[in-house]
Amino acid sequence: MQNEWLYIGLFLIVGVALPAAALVLAWLISPKKSNPIKDSTYECGMETVGESWVQFKAQYYIFGLVFLVFDVEMVFLFPWAVSLGKLPLFAVLEGIVFILILVAGLAYIWRKDALEWV
Amino acid sequence: MNFWKDPIQVTADWLMSLFTGWGMAEGLANVLISLLGIVILVTIMLVIDILLVWIERKVVARFQDRLGPNRVGPFGLIQPFADIIKLFIKENITPVGVDKVVYNLAPVLSVFSVLILWAIIPLAPVIIGVDLNVGLLYLVAAGAIGTLSIIMAGWSSNNKFALLGAFRQVAAMISYEIPMVVALLIPTVLAGTMGMLGISEAQQGMWYVFLSPLGALIFLISAVAELGRAPFDLSEGESEVVAGFHIEYSGMKFGWFYAGELLHAFTFGGFWGILFFGGYHFFGLENWGPLVAAAIVLFKALLGYWVIMWIKYTLMRIRIDHMLAFNWKFLVPLSLVVLMVTALLNTLLRGASVWILFLSMFLANALIAWITIEILRGRSRIAREKVEGSAQPVVESAHH
Repeated sequence: MQNEWLYIGLFLIVGVALPAAALVLAWLISPKKSNPIKDSTYECGMETVGESWVQFKAQYYIFGLVFLVFDVEMVFLFPWAVSLGKLPLFAVLEGIVFILILVAGLAYIWRKDALEWV
Repeated sequence: MNFWKDPIQVTADWLMSLFTGWGMAEGLANVLISLLGIVILVTIMLVIDILLVWIERKVVARFQDRLGPNRVGPFGLIQPFADIIKLFIKENITPVGVDKVVYNLAPVLSVFSVLILWAIIPLAPVIIGVDLNVGLLYLVAAGAIGTLSIIMAGWSSNNKFALLGAFRQVAAMISYEIPMVVALLIPTVLAGTMGMLGISEAQQGMWYVFLSPLGALIFLISAVAELGRAPFDLSEGESEVVAGFHIEYSGMKFGWFYAGELLHAFTFGGFWGILFFGGYHFFGLENWGPLVAAAIVLFKALLGYWVIMWIKYTLMRIRIDHMLAFNWKFLVPLSLVVLMVTALLNTLLRGASVWILFLSMFLANALIAWITIEILRGRSRIAREKVEGSAQPVVESAHH
């Protein structure tokens, strides 16, 4: 294969098509006898009150912010890791200082009690 | 060229001469041959998936001192096929008020995110879909799609249990992705490449699990969390959110979630084997031919899958605040320390023999593990004294 991303593209298409084909087949051969009771939202026998698409307090939103910082920094570390074998010691230490700044950020968040479940 | 030396290339060449013999353009023939290979690979993975259902049910039965499926066919081997027929002919119930597009897309994406991972898995030096030079980033991206399918299922189902399950999965995903990416950086540092083939090839003399046992452990733990399997399966905790994100799914749609979960675990077992346990290398056995090498990779994937099952059926589900605390206060600092030590040692010992590298890295890892255990012991002693110190007078008065 000359172009590897063309291969990935073909793989993505097949990866969607095969499971979707199975769903279509199941839709064709399965019975369709719906009634309002059967189609109601399952809540252990209780009748559903209100809808689910409500504002929701995600107690871990601070974790989400921390994750965002860490995830971006991790992507920056990949080029450093790939070329590590050719870098001089100074550049390697620079990368380690970069990680240490991350660790300092983590320690600060920890001290601020932001890593507690509220 | 011999078929047993390079089965893919020989078959592709034969098909190419056949297609061009029919007067087809070479580019189109290339695309068709790739498409054929992909369909065969995906079909093989789905057949393995069917067998995984049987393995999972058999193994969990042995863990719980039961027999497991043993009626349908020899050792119950036909059982998963019967399950599939049942899933196909079951009614697909679509509850009222669901977001239909997202609801139907979620189970497809759940399998899709696993299947596309097999595009980059090197089964042998010559049996690999495509050797991307950003293979590990592709792995992380595909893993995120798997989590996305869970969030889509939970959000679109219009069910409060499903929504809660999906929110919990988000919490797991945004936490455990960090140690996982750091653990992926360790083979990258050691091999100097992000390509799966390069990482497999670089482990010819020394598996990375010996250079970085802690890295292998961190990858396993965060992979289990990323999969949403026990002890991190809060998104489907039966006692709290009934079935979690897939509560409103029935028939084949539920089947895809189930199949996706099993294949995901198997695939991550395979990545564990490739990144840390030498890939297709096994004491020179891989030189017997690419088919033997592929069997070695699948065997290692099965072993990794077995370890993941072992964890699942041994440990209890942990509480969500414990799950987040375990990640941010233990795994993330530990993984960053391991990464820094690995990078530093790898640079300082550049050009040294592989045994010196092994000895120093293994000792460094053992030292980190010992220090970690000592810190944990100290912290738990402080915590215990705090509890016992306040409880002491109560016990005394009860005695007298």
